[in-house]
Amino acid sequence: MTEFTPLTSAFGGMLIGLAVVLLMGSLGRIAGISGIVGTLFSSAPASEKSWRAAFLVGMIVAPTVLFLITGTMPVIEVPPTTAMLVIGGVLVGIGVSFGNGCTSGHGVCGMARLSGRSIAATLTFMATTAATVYLLRHVIGG
Amino acid sequence: MTKILVSFLIGLLFGTGIVISGMANPAKILNFFDIAGTWDPSLAFVMGGALVVTAIGYRLVLARKHPLLAEGFSLPTRRDLDARLLGGAAVFGIGWGIAGFCPGGGIPALGLGRSEPIIFFVAMLAGMLAVKLLETMRSRTASAT
Repeated sequence: MTEFTPLTSAFGGMLIGLAVVLLMGSLGRIAGISGIVGTLFSSAPASEKSWRAAFLVGMIVAPTVLFLITGTMPVIEVPPTTAMLVIGGVLVGIGVSFGNGCTSGHGVCGMARLSGRSIAATLTFMATTAATVYLLRHVIGG
Repeated sequence: MTKILVSFLIGLLFGTGIVISGMANPAKILNFFDIAGTWDPSLAFVMGGALVVTAIGYRLVLARKHPLLAEGFSLPTRRDLDARLLGGAAVFGIGWGIAGFCPGGGIPALGLGRSEPIIFFVAMLAGMLAVKLLETMRSRTASAT
């Protein structure tokens, strides 16, 4: 069980939205995390990589900054096994490469622009994620 | 240099939103999708909050001639739906349902000092690089024939 957190989750979501808007307003870019990672690990020129690297570093230090402000490190719980993290991770990597985006790029940036491709992609991955969780928890694990 | 500093700060804000919202917590993600079991609807509020702010903010920002620190807005222009897009999205969803991390959730989790996000991240990179390798081989074969 995890606690239902509508207010903190909505607040966190609004911060995500604010960051997405600021990136468009400053650098003119979509805040799609899989795209940012993919370009960073490609043969793109250094000028295309530097701001992306800085963005990812900012994301990684976020828990530490939260710790410095609040005094407690955010807590997460990871139910999947190591094998599941590896298999799931590889599938995520393959999927976002072919699908040109993930929850942030399609689910937030694209959906907010009412992009048909992003809406179709988001509906598709939400459906397969739900089906996978159902299968793992109630068919195989149930 | 300004671009890099601005990008770092926006990344920090993005990551903070991810952590506060619960998107970096696989238990919460998996419970959101487990409607038949231990359902936790929080993720809908994350998406809702992010979408409202982005939809309004994008309207204001994209009405300008150009972004503050760049010459133009880089926006996707494709409109067609193809098997590659939908197939990729479907595979991504299966992976998300197995691992509980998506790219945006997994990266801030790297800063928590735990091993699971690192395992996920390395596996995700391997998947991305495998696709790149496959595409390079394909384009070479195509240009050779």
